[in-house]
Amino acid sequence: MIETDWIWGLVGGLMIGMAAAIFLLGNGRIMGASGIIGGLVDRSGLGNWAERVAFLAALVIVPAMMLPLYSVEVSTHITSNLAIVVAGGLLVGLGTRLANGCTSGHGVCGISRLSLRGIVATVFYLLAGGLVMVVFRHVLGVI
Amino acid sequence: MQRIVISALSGGLFGAGLLVSGMTDTEKVQGWLDVFGAWDPTLAFVLGGAILPMMLAWHLTTRRARSFVGSPFPEKPDPKLGHNLVIGSVLFGAGWGLVGLCPGPAIASLSWGGTGGVVFILSMIAGMLLANPVRIRIDQLAAA
Repeated sequence: MIETDWIWGLVGGLMIGMAAAIFLLGNGRIMGASGIIGGLVDRSGLGNWAERVAFLAALVIVPAMMLPLYSVEVSTHITSNLAIVVAGGLLVGLGTRLANGCTSGHGVCGISRLSLRGIVATVFYLLAGGLVMVVFRHVLGVI
Repeated sequence: MQRIVISALSGGLFGAGLLVSGMTDTEKVQGWLDVFGAWDPTLAFVLGGAILPMMLAWHLTTRRARSFVGSPFPEKPDPKLGHNLVIGSVLFGAGWGLVGLCPGPAIASLSWGGTGGVVFILSMIAGMLLANPVRIRIDQLAAA
């Protein structure tokens, strides 16, 4: 039984991959969200700040323009527990910059070129995420 | 100018794909990570779908000398893994599990993510600013 969500996942995934392919073949660069943001945050990537800002602006604006296409309300379903949100945000920001990549850079761009670094990073962030679900959802019941 | 247009095209398509795939929904991401709960395999379809065009793109980089704008393609990274790759990925995965957002979807959902989404992005930026001092400290400990 194939669920509709899986098909949309595949379609959206193909779009994500094509976006990364455009960035690679067009600009010769790896489409990594944490790197594009992080280079502006720590000023290490100010040399091509306009490209980074254009990427991030389109990343916000295009899905915002697509919202009216949805008949149901689109929600991130983010937890209302702000302590969890702050802790999660800090860990995501710190971790992706230490590891030099996130789901887009290591996951999509790294695995597709069979980069050992990308594969190892992906294994560790998946394992850590799964462990957090076990501890914080099933043991502690806070997420 | 070309580089900026290509960046915007890529960012826009990335955002559209994140919305369409359901990856801006923290329930779907946490559902994927929750192997012992009501497991949701959608993320595997997203990652699989994203890897296919990129495999083709990497293949094309071997047949061309330069990108469209004339810059060289990124070299294969140093295969050395290093402790920061592992420590960073574990910390990232923990935060990803706690909230269900990674950097791309966090930015893409800015317009409808509400206060929680903004707090997440600001915390993520703070975490990114911590990375350099933390890396220096980790490297000192590793060298000791």
